[in-house]
Amino acid sequence: MDKEEKKEKREKIPRQKMPEQDPRVRVRNFDEVPLGYSAETALLEAKRCIMCKKPGCIAGCPVDIDIPAFVKLIAEGDFMGAARKLKETNVLPAVCGRVCPQEDQCEKVCILGKKGDPVAIGRLERFAADFERQSGQISIPDKAPSTGKRIAVVGAGPAGLTIAGDLVKMGHEVTIFEALHKSGGVLIYGIPEFRLPKAIVDAEVNYMEKLGVKVVTNFPVGRLKTVDDLFADGFHAVFLGVGAGAPVFMNIPGENFSGIYSANEYLTRSNLMKAYAFPEYDTPIAIGKNVCVIGGGNVAMDSVRTALRLGAENAYIVYRRTEKEMPARIEEVHHAQEEGVQFKLLTNPIEYLGTEKGWVKGMVCQQMELGEPDESGRRRPVPMKGSEFVIECDTVVVAIGTMANPVLQATTPGLNVNKWGYIVINEETGETSRKGVYAGGDIVTGSATVILAMGAGRKAASAIHQYVMSL
Amino acid sequence: MFKIIERKQLSENVVKNVIHAPDIAARRKAGQFVILMINEKGERIPLTIVDSDAKTGTLTVIYQVVGKTTTALAALKEGEYILNVLGPLGHATAIENFGTAVCVGGGVGVGVIYPIAKALRGAGCNVVSIIGARTKDLLILEEETRAVSHKLTVCTDDGTYGFHGFVSAVLQQMIDAGEKIDRVYAIGPVPMMRVLANLTRPHKIKTIVSLNPIMVDGTGMCGACRVSVAGKTRFTCVDGPEFDGHDVDFGLLMTRLQMYTEQEKLALERCRGEKNG
Repeated sequence: MDKEEKKEKREKIPRQKMPEQDPRVRVRNFDEVPLGYSAETALLEAKRCIMCKKPGCIAGCPVDIDIPAFVKLIAEGDFMGAARKLKETNVLPAVCGRVCPQEDQCEKVCILGKKGDPVAIGRLERFAADFERQSGQISIPDKAPSTGKRIAVVGAGPAGLTIAGDLVKMGHEVTIFEALHKSGGVLIYGIPEFRLPKAIVDAEVNYMEKLGVKVVTNFPVGRLKTVDDLFADGFHAVFLGVGAGAPVFMNIPGENFSGIYSANEYLTRSNLMKAYAFPEYDTPIAIGKNVCVIGGGNVAMDSVRTALRLGAENAYIVYRRTEKEMPARIEEVHHAQEEGVQFKLLTNPIEYLGTEKGWVKGMVCQQMELGEPDESGRRRPVPMKGSEFVIECDTVVVAIGTMANPVLQATTPGLNVNKWGYIVINEETGETSRKGVYAGGDIVTGSATVILAMGAGRKAASAIHQYVMSL
Repeated sequence: MFKIIERKQLSENVVKNVIHAPDIAARRKAGQFVILMINEKGERIPLTIVDSDAKTGTLTVIYQVVGKTTTALAALKEGEYILNVLGPLGHATAIENFGTAVCVGGGVGVGVIYPIAKALRGAGCNVVSIIGARTKDLLILEEETRAVSHKLTVCTDDGTYGFHGFVSAVLQQMIDAGEKIDRVYAIGPVPMMRVLANLTRPHKIKTIVSLNPIMVDGTGMCGACRVSVAGKTRFTCVDGPEFDGHDVDFGLLMTRLQMYTEQEKLALERCRGEKNG
C-alpha cells in the first residue's frame, strides 16, 4: 500500500465512540458511565492520528504529554509502552483521561478538528492507563540517585500528587501531608464514582507510594504542625497544594435551613464517606424528592446527577444564565440531560422557605434575562421585575464555587495572599513570598481544573529541584 | 491507626477513652477537638479533647453513648484501634486571668468544661465550678473538677446528690447574691446553654459556650457545622467551637442537630441487631 492509499484509508476512519451505560440503567447506580475503548477501537482511533511534524496538541496540554508518541505506540499495539510514555510526564493518566476538558485543550488544537473530528486523545489516554492498571504489571520508572533533600507537600490532591511524583523521580525524599483520611483531594471527595471510580484514584496514589512517596493522612498542616515546624523538622522545601476548599454560599435568607448543603458537603458525604451506601456505611445524606442544585459548572452537574442516583424524583439545575454560558463540560451537561435532569435556566434564587421544623420546602426565584456583557465577557443576567416564583424542593445543593480556606495562611507568617486569600506566587516558578515555600493549584488560581493544578505542580517541581540543589 | 490505651465506664452511658495520638497530644490546647472515624465504613464525629499528656503521647475523650458510632466506639476494648483521629481542630480557649470565672458543665459537657477550668486555674483565675447531671449515677469528673476549682457545687436534677435542681439555679443564686462574676463558661446540652446565656445576658456577664453541631471534615471544607452567631453564618469547626453565648442562635443549632434523626435511629437499630444476632 503506498502512502496515498494509506492516508485515504486513514481518513475514512470516523472518530470512535466510547460505549456508555444506558441512561435509564445508570441513573440507578453509581457505576462509571463511559465504559472505555476495546483494544480494537483504540487501535482504530489511534490510527486516525496523522503524526503532525509540529504537533499543536502537546502545547495544548498543561503537562506537556508527548501525545503523538503515545498515540503512535497504541497504533502499533504497544499499549504498555503507551502507558509508560504517558507516565513520563503525567502521573495520573487514568484520571486525566476521564476528567480533563480535552475539548478545550489538546483536542481543541488537533489538526483533524479543523475539517472534522479531532483524535479522541482523552479516550486513548484512558485506554492506555486502564490497560496497564488492569494488567497488574505497573512499571516503576528509574529514579535519580538520592539527593538527601527532603520536601514536604501539603495536600494530596492533583497538584500535590503531581509534584510529589516528579520530585521523587529526581531523587528527593518526599512526604505528602493530607488532612483527610484518604488521599486524592477533589478526586476522592469531590468527583463522583460514576465519573471517576475511586479504585482508580487509589491505584494512582498507590503507584505514588511505590515510587517512594510517603503519604501521611489525618495531618492538618496549620493545626497539627505549621509550615515553620516542617522546616524545623528538617524539610528543605515546602509545597502548598491545599486547594480552594471553603464553600461559598449565596448569603440569602434561610440558607441554614436543614436540607441545604454546600456542594462540598453533599459530594463529600456521598463520595468520600459513601453515604449512597447508607446504612451499610454510617454517614447519612438527605434523599430529597425534589432536589435543586444551584450553579452551572461541573460540580453542579456532579451534584445533580448524584441526587438522581440517590433517588430524587425531580432533580433540577437552577442557573442564572443560559446553557450557552454554563462553565460545565458539554459532555457532562449532555449526560445530565440524558439522565432526566431538569434545567431551570435564567433562574436566580433569592430566598429559601422552610417548614415549621426548619427544613427547606421551597426556593423563591427570580426570572432573569441577559443584559450587557460583564467583565467575564459573558452577558450579565438581570432580574425581570415582578417575575418571582417558587420552586418546591426539600433538598438544595449550593454549587456556585469555592474560596480559599484561611487556616494555613493564617498560621504561616510572611506568606503573601491576595484580597481573596489566594497565595501570591511567581507564576514561572511557583515561589511564594516565603523562602523555600512554593504553591500551586486552586489555592493560587481559585477553583479551576484538575489538569491546571497538575500543570502548576509540574512547574513548581523543577523550581524546587533547582532551589534545594542550590542549598 | 490509633490505639486505645485505656477505657473506663464513667456512668451507665458515659465512657472515657485514652487514645495514643502523640502528635495531637503534643500540640493540643484546652477547648480543641478531634474528629474520629472508627473504621472504613464509619462516619466522622467530633469529640472535644478532655485532657492530653505530651509525655505519654495520649489524649482523653469522654462521650455519651447515643448513636451507632458512639455505641461502636464504646464497644472497643483497651488495645484495640481507631482507624482515624484528626486534630487538634478548632480554636483553643482564650486563657488568661479574667478574675472570677464560673465554669458550668452539664451531663457529658462536664468533660469539656473540666480542661477549661483546669487551664483557667493555671492562669490564675478564681475558678468557681458548677457541674450537674440528671441523676447521681450519671455525674462525671467530680473529683477532677473539684481539684482544679476554688469552689465546686454539684447538682442533680432529681436531687439524688448535691443541690437538687439545675445548674442554672445555682448560677442564678450567685447572681442574686451579688457575687462578682467576670466570665461564665457554659457547656452542656443545648437547652442548658441557652438558659444560661439568657440568664447572664441582662447582667452583661460575658458567657462563652462550646457548640457541638454535626460535622463532616472538621477543617472548614463542607459547612455542615454552620451556626448563626450575631446574625452571621459561622463554621463551628474553624471559627469555633467556642462563641459568645449571647449571640448564638440556639434554636437553629437544635434544628440542625436533628437533621438526621431518622437515619440515626435506623443505623442504631441495625447496629444493635448485629450485636444481638
